[in-house]
Amino acid sequence: MTQEELLQQIYKKDGKAFTTLYDMYSKSLYGVIFTLLKDKEESEDILQEVFVKIWKNIDSYNESKGRFYTWILNIARNSSIDRLRSKGHNNSLKNLSSDNFVHILDYNTSATNKIDAIGIKEFIKKLKPKCIRLIDLLFFKGYTQQEASDELEIPLGTVKTQNRNCISELRTILQVQ
Amino acid sequence: MNMREYIDSGILELYVFGLLTEAENNEVKEMADKHPEVQEEILSIEKAVINLSYSIAPHLSAENYQKIRNILIEKHSGVIPLEPRKKSMSPYIGWAAAAVLLLGIGFQYNQYNKAQDEVQAVSAERTKFQSMLADLQVKKTEDEKALAIVRDKYSTVIQLAGQQVAPDAYAKVYVNSNKKEIYVDMAGLPEPPEGKVYQIWALKLDPLTPTSIGVIDNKNANNGILKVENYDQAQAFGITLEPAGGSATPTLEQLYTLGKV
Repeated sequence: MTQEELLQQIYKKDGKAFTTLYDMYSKSLYGVIFTLLKDKEESEDILQEVFVKIWKNIDSYNESKGRFYTWILNIARNSSIDRLRSKGHNNSLKNLSSDNFVHILDYNTSATNKIDAIGIKEFIKKLKPKCIRLIDLLFFKGYTQQEASDELEIPLGTVKTQNRNCISELRTILQVQ
Repeated sequence: MNMREYIDSGILELYVFGLLTEAENNEVKEMADKHPEVQEEILSIEKAVINLSYSIAPHLSAENYQKIRNILIEKHSGVIPLEPRKKSMSPYIGWAAAAVLLLGIGFQYNQYNKAQDEVQAVSAERTKFQSMLADLQVKKTEDEKALAIVRDKYSTVIQLAGQQVAPDAYAKVYVNSNKKEIYVDMAGLPEPPEGKVYQIWALKLDPLTPTSIGVIDNKNANNGILKVENYDQAQAFGITLEPAGGSATPTLEQLYTLGKV
């Protein structure tokens, strides 16, 4: 489904629209939220909050703001970071960069997921460690280029192209051409 | 502007990640509208990161879907949001009872979900063990076969010693005169380089006539003990490294091991 078709459906705000939206994006957003919060219940809570925000504010989205996915990704990241702030997770905020989306596979305590996690680790292991950190900061945590450059001690001018190379590598692994 | 360069600059990734300024966003949008290859690239990047974040997410129970659905459809679909009702004293007991009941149901549901998760986990484990068992059985059959060859009363062993190119290499040839079978134990040979294979030769010495009795594509199959063609009255055996597919005559500079009967 193209973004336009999806939006046409979502504007109707009916049950079918919700199901489509949920099926397409809930797990991706949940993955982003969980990477930031590292707590299943709290992440489910934020996921719910994010869907309410999408639903209520859908009319304020337009394509000049970027991709629809980018818009909801931003909502998910911002809601998670707000939660970290409001709950006084000061340490979590400070340590935001130390854990990445691969580490969180270890936090997944449910047995079902552990088995999946092994398979996922296998494919993620193919990514260079540098790429894992870069994708983690820029995509999952929404760091600016400057912040990522400081954190990883790489020249600001190369952040963009290094990230491009890493995403290309990811696409090869995932076979998204 | 060259589109390839534009795409390779990495700006599209930042666009999808939501890290650009409004002005930069507009510029990318304009480019994407004008150039289909830019638009396609954006879609691929988006697909990759959705896939990635999707796959690392923990299990999301169906309960969440229903919960969020109820909130959105019931509370946020209509134009007029529902106001909270005014409270009076009388229904308190009723509410309390309902709350207790709900808690009970919630608890049961939770238990049910847990049980479901466990069933899933156990059946995934079982599948894993089944396939491990199957692998082990295959391995055991291979081991038994290898042992039978080594042990057979009618098997004679010929030691093949390492030659100039590989002084540390060794191999063994088992000739079974009864069953008219020849096996080679390749375990003492190094991994062949990419694109090369080992070829086994039976030799008659006077005059020296090599005959190929096998080309080994995977020297580690069957525990490294591999059946080759039978050859009566061989006087020696040799193993050479040859290009994939084998050669008509042995490349003697690449003679790895050799042994007389």
